[in-house]
Amino acid sequence: MNNKLVSLLSAGALALGASLGTARAAETVKVGVLHSLSGTMAISETSLRDILLFTFDEINAKGGVLGKKIEPVVVDGASNWPLFAEKAKQLLEQDKVAVTFGCWTSVSRKSVLPVFEKNNGLLFYPVQYEGEEESQNVAYTAEAVNQQATPAVDYYLAEGKKKFYLLGSDYVYPQTTNLVLLEYLLSKGVKLENIGGGFRKDGSGKIISAGKYTPFGHTDYQQIVAEIKQFAASGDACVISTLNGDTNVPFFKEYAASGLTAETCPVVSFSISEDEFRGLPAKQLVGQLGCWTYFQSIDTPANKKFVADFQAWLKKSNVPGLVKEGRVTCSPMVLSYVGVYLWKAAVEKAGSFDVDKVRAAYKSGISFDGPGGKVTTQKNMHVTKNVYIGETKADGQFKIVKSFNNVYGEPWLKGKFK
Amino acid sequence: MSAATVRRVEWIAVAVIAFALIVLVPLLHANGVIGNFWISVFGKWLCYALLAISVDLLWGYTGLLSLGQALFFTLGGYMHGMYLMRMIGDLGQYKKPIPDFLVFLGWERLPAFWEPFSSFPFALTMVFLVPGIISYLFGFLAFRSRIKGVYFSILTQALTYAASIMFFRNNLLLGGNNGFTDFKFILGYKLNEPGTIRGLYIATAVTLLLVFLFCRWLSKTKFGLVQQAIRDGENRVLFSGYATAHFKLFIFVVAALIAAVGGALYTPQVGIINPGEMQADKSLEAVVWVAVGGRGTLLGPIVGAIGINGLKSWATTAYPDLWLIILGGLFILVVLFLPGGIVSIPARLKTLAQKLRAKPEAPAPAKP
Repeated sequence: MNNKLVSLLSAGALALGASLGTARAAETVKVGVLHSLSGTMAISETSLRDILLFTFDEINAKGGVLGKKIEPVVVDGASNWPLFAEKAKQLLEQDKVAVTFGCWTSVSRKSVLPVFEKNNGLLFYPVQYEGEEESQNVAYTAEAVNQQATPAVDYYLAEGKKKFYLLGSDYVYPQTTNLVLLEYLLSKGVKLENIGGGFRKDGSGKIISAGKYTPFGHTDYQQIVAEIKQFAASGDACVISTLNGDTNVPFFKEYAASGLTAETCPVVSFSISEDEFRGLPAKQLVGQLGCWTYFQSIDTPANKKFVADFQAWLKKSNVPGLVKEGRVTCSPMVLSYVGVYLWKAAVEKAGSFDVDKVRAAYKSGISFDGPGGKVTTQKNMHVTKNVYIGETKADGQFKIVKSFNNVYGEPWLKGKFK
Repeated sequence: MSAATVRRVEWIAVAVIAFALIVLVPLLHANGVIGNFWISVFGKWLCYALLAISVDLLWGYTGLLSLGQALFFTLGGYMHGMYLMRMIGDLGQYKKPIPDFLVFLGWERLPAFWEPFSSFPFALTMVFLVPGIISYLFGFLAFRSRIKGVYFSILTQALTYAASIMFFRNNLLLGGNNGFTDFKFILGYKLNEPGTIRGLYIATAVTLLLVFLFCRWLSKTKFGLVQQAIRDGENRVLFSGYATAHFKLFIFVVAALIAAVGGALYTPQVGIINPGEMQADKSLEAVVWVAVGGRGTLLGPIVGAIGINGLKSWATTAYPDLWLIILGGLFILVVLFLPGGIVSIPARLKTLAQKLRAKPEAPAPAKP
């Protein structure tokens, strides 16, 4: 038995040595995929890896980029932020990838940012985020706050809502989003006492935090829901939720149990997409709102083809660990997909894989007709895109109730609305 | 082999490994054979080795299974991280003279408790003082109440869990979920220069050697013997007239300080420190390194920490879908078939060889 173990270990050591000297072919271009395939974020991020591999296959089948086939280098960030930095270093310094697609959480992006800036790499980031950042080494295909949160407020205002309750998980994205929303609501004439969730002020009386925050994995929402019920008694209130992940389950259970419904007090969530409903019961959320730049239910030939192609790819793909049943498409997935095509277009416009040239081409304004409609790159590394508001249905899909076309992505929003 | 020869072999092994880590690796890096990526990864593993030693000092040598050592590691990292945050100056995303996360929380001036962290000596003192005081208080209360065994493990686990929840809160003003990142300078040197990376690596390797020598020396002193006696039969030691609580408290604080130094060296090399590092599973991971490497030895934790993290770094790239299974399988194999850990392999092979050699010589049973 001991000998077996020794041989197992030495086999591992040999394999380690072999992997260090990976041969590289001349006719391919290396592209990094940096997502968590294990740990708490795996449930969301694995879908992004899948869609990226699908996109690469789609592009390779049509001849690749500048005549070169895309060779993905998939690494696992394992929901571990220091490991993200290590993997980013590896992709840029060892594998010398031309571009990387990756990250979900803001903290993972912040963790790899210095690495990309030091090595002058290029990262495509596809998940809605808080803004307040504009690195020359990150292409933010993600929704900025004004491509998700403020359109949702516009929708509520048009529906005649007068009171807004802000609720979120305690981290950068909800905190920043709610501060922007506070300014936005006040600029739209909503009174301060009609904004719920509470405020924290600094010594001089300036509001430094708006809304109610709960830690990750929080399960007890009884008190908060009771507070919302009281707040919503007047009948013209709504909730803006930036709660993340698992905590949505106990929140919506409690919400339904207290008798609040989408009619009496609707909730718009910025972190629940079709993909999350694979793990969340949709029943309690029927009628509640989502706001994204893509829904699977978008009724266009381009989207139908995209969904069908992805499903067909899932069937025939032999990627290890791939979940083939019950798969859906959602906004972060589509923004990953769109990101690959925008990068391809920028490379082709630049005629080179060189990051500086690709960036210049990217900033010059490139358009791509994606499944969610047309997206156009901007000078500030963000993209202009359509925004949709949808009502949750019992099957975990959304019925689109409102769309905003060609919304400009603006990362710096604090102090914009007066 | 006599005991003296064994000891000499051991010393030669230590000297060779130390030479390779402290002299050879930096030399290869200076000549470009080892890239910046690998040397900083090596540095990270050595920091983990310090954490593993701190776990082993408690678990392997004193019989105290602490499931909260990552807390002290992270605290050390945070204290150093605060200094590194101050050194960013106004080069952050907001181009303001205070750390980015304070700007986003609406602060315009630095909170008072942040001020002294602009000084490196102060931050360095805090690296020792904060984990030292916390471990002293916790240890004092736990050992005075004679909390032992599984209860001690549960309490240490609860301590680090509670601390991680506290550090996740943004209003603690220590960066919340994101923690500290985007460091630029240390002591005036740019953190992304090869020379600085090498310097940090050498500092880590030398620290590890010093800690190793210290622990080795400690385990041979009378104190070390009492410590091991506590592991093997605490009541007997107690009835022999030793105040075991004092011994345990001392070793608990020493272990916390070793972990804290590891954390302080970890932060600049990895480039981020956040409360995820003090979550319960991190401490458990460190226990696993020690178990796999071989507990109750000083080389074992180092081998375990470097070996498993090496495996992890490799497997998360080579088999991103399977690496958890590979790692889990390895733990099960080691626990089942190699309870002494990796460092016990040579001894086991020797006994095996002796057995094999002995077999043919075994006399045939005499016939009556």
